[in-house]
Amino acid sequence: MPAPVDTSRGSLKVYLGYAAGVGKTFQMLADGHAAAQRGVDVVVAYFEPHARPDTIGQAQGLEIVAHRKIEYRGKVFQEMDTEAVLRRKPQIALVDELAHTNVPGSERTKRWEDVQVVLDAGIEVWTTMNVQHIESLNDQIWQITGIQVRETVPDGIVRQAAEIVAVDVTPEALLNRLKRGAVYKPEMVEKALTGFFKGSNLGALRELTLRQAAHEVDLRQSAYDETRGFQVPRISEARPSAATDDQSKERILIHITADPSTGMLIRRGRRVADYLHADCTALFVHRTPELSQLPAEERQAVEKHLRFARSLQIETRILSGNDIAKTVVEFARGNQVTQIFVARAEMSLVERLRGRNFTEDIVRSAQDLQVTVVADRSRRQVS
Amino acid sequence: MRVSELPRPSPERLLKQVQAEENKRWGAKLKIFLGYAPGVGKSYRMLDEARRRHERGEDVIVGAVQGRQSEEVQALLHKLEMIPPLQTPEGQAVDIDAILRRAPQVCIIDPLAAHNAPGSRNPNRWQDVQELLRNGISVLTSVNLLHVQEIKEKVQAITGKDTTETIPKSFLLAADDIVIVDVPPDLCLSRQGEKLTSTGISNSQERQLSELRELALLLTAEVVDAQLESYVHAHGMEPVFGTHERFLVCMTPHSNALAMIESGRRNKDRFQGELHAIYVCEPGRSKRERVTIRRYFEVAKQAGAATDVLESDDPISAIVDFARQNRITQIFIGHSARNSWRDRLFGDPVLRLIRAAEGIDVRVFPH
Repeated sequence: MPAPVDTSRGSLKVYLGYAAGVGKTFQMLADGHAAAQRGVDVVVAYFEPHARPDTIGQAQGLEIVAHRKIEYRGKVFQEMDTEAVLRRKPQIALVDELAHTNVPGSERTKRWEDVQVVLDAGIEVWTTMNVQHIESLNDQIWQITGIQVRETVPDGIVRQAAEIVAVDVTPEALLNRLKRGAVYKPEMVEKALTGFFKGSNLGALRELTLRQAAHEVDLRQSAYDETRGFQVPRISEARPSAATDDQSKERILIHITADPSTGMLIRRGRRVADYLHADCTALFVHRTPELSQLPAEERQAVEKHLRFARSLQIETRILSGNDIAKTVVEFARGNQVTQIFVARAEMSLVERLRGRNFTEDIVRSAQDLQVTVVADRSRRQVS
Repeated sequence: MRVSELPRPSPERLLKQVQAEENKRWGAKLKIFLGYAPGVGKSYRMLDEARRRHERGEDVIVGAVQGRQSEEVQALLHKLEMIPPLQTPEGQAVDIDAILRRAPQVCIIDPLAAHNAPGSRNPNRWQDVQELLRNGISVLTSVNLLHVQEIKEKVQAITGKDTTETIPKSFLLAADDIVIVDVPPDLCLSRQGEKLTSTGISNSQERQLSELRELALLLTAEVVDAQLESYVHAHGMEPVFGTHERFLVCMTPHSNALAMIESGRRNKDRFQGELHAIYVCEPGRSKRERVTIRRYFEVAKQAGAATDVLESDDPISAIVDFARQNRITQIFIGHSARNSWRDRLFGDPVLRLIRAAEGIDVRVFPH
């Protein structure tokens, strides 16, 4: 795959899996050995100290940069020593677990932030992560598995990767590894089997991983075709390529509120926009003349959502307007928006008395536009 | 949704279950390693698994392997017992009788899509594999995307390569296990022994391989989805919902069905998802409306939609029930160009659908 335009920056490769034990780290280390044999300067910048025996064996023979030891609440934790990696300046640094949250007292909160620093120094990074750590998939993962994943990586970070490699294994083989004690310590196995590793979860996460990897390959291919000016549509797609599909270019508008469901709305909007190669804007409308006049709690919630949208590379806008639904719809009409994304709001008491709610106001008043009422994926369907 | 309300199993699924049960009685399993092109390392992955199983005490032998092998692969092969193929004047064939007499737990038959020499007891390798499975012998095998019958044409259009050796896709769907061996295109090319040009790999080669890679990942996802469905069904569980985008277009004579179908087609292609189009039949439609609906059905079918007519005097519930049974993630519905007496009495059907379709996105289209 073509490296990003900025050639002074290191390129990123992500080994994508669907659970602990599928073999991401093992594969990364194996490829690291192969590169080292070709004469490339490879180091292991971070490697889980409690790794599985097979994996530890695989790391042998590769240079490991000593971890940084940080004491927190009387315990010693190991983190990647980013400064040491920069000083060592290898061609390729292998960094396990991109989604990891650093222990308090570390320079940066998240490992993916450390990885940014390493990439900025012109070092190529290979790293590992699971599909459930992709931010925009968070609600879908919850809806499918009932598992709330807390450590996530913004989609933009994954998108930077020049290459995504799917590490695939059958759930059966994974369960065998688990039962042999090759993944977790014996006392953890029972818990894992009834929790994350249970029943249909593994199959569903595996399917998501494969589809995500296909999507990532597709995105890179489209970007590549655009920069190289390829006019010929790809054969694998019946659809026209992104370059020739401009007349039907979609533009998505996400309506931001203080409601907690907004996070889910932003993630879904981002995801759909990526698949449709659409532009994506987020809009907040306040009734008060100035944003600062909003009640503090509401303002903080809104600002959090706007920051979150920006972190997913969504352009944000703030408008003032008495009739919120009307302001949103007029903005959409004036900005060639093809689809408005709104949350499926619960009706408040006032709204119940009025017989309809805000979401329904938008649906009614935007009869010339497409309105997508996004399901609340944070609440699982009850049978 | 209660289990009793789940859709009936299709004949294909029943057949698959019967086949699976039959093999299971003997404990025999079929595992297929899928690659998007030569050089991804399928044989290595397969033989490495065979080696590990052998070391763990499983009785693994080799019944057939590819002719040309890398040094690494040959080193793995040396560790395993081999039953040589039958040599006939016409060529080679798997020595099924010898394997059955030897009766190992696991046998490697590779590549899956090869033909046996003319006059052999099975013309195709995959039939040999079936025979071993029926006799309680598990099989490890590998196949390239090019050799999957239903996908061959696409691969041919991308690479210009052709083959007469193919296996039906249903064979993959019926396998107990499938694993995709995924590597970046540059690695694949260097293993194929291509000389890297000064700028790396030629653009067109990389583009071809990327396309193949996407197809292979999606094919595997499809097989995994089918396996998940049988698993869930066999265990009487709720359908797993949301791994795959599935769009449902609700057609009515007074909504802009054509725009919805067109958008549905584009979404299906972009998401590599599924498209359904339905019409809820209400009594008292005029002849003109029926003609309109028939035309919409034609267009929907051309767009690749699965079409259905639902009969119900409660269209909203019928749509939501259908959506849940078919694991729909997005419902497309149109504003109606005119309000009927029912709408005035019961409220706007679009709003009623939004309220009823909990857990599913609803996309409302202009008329």
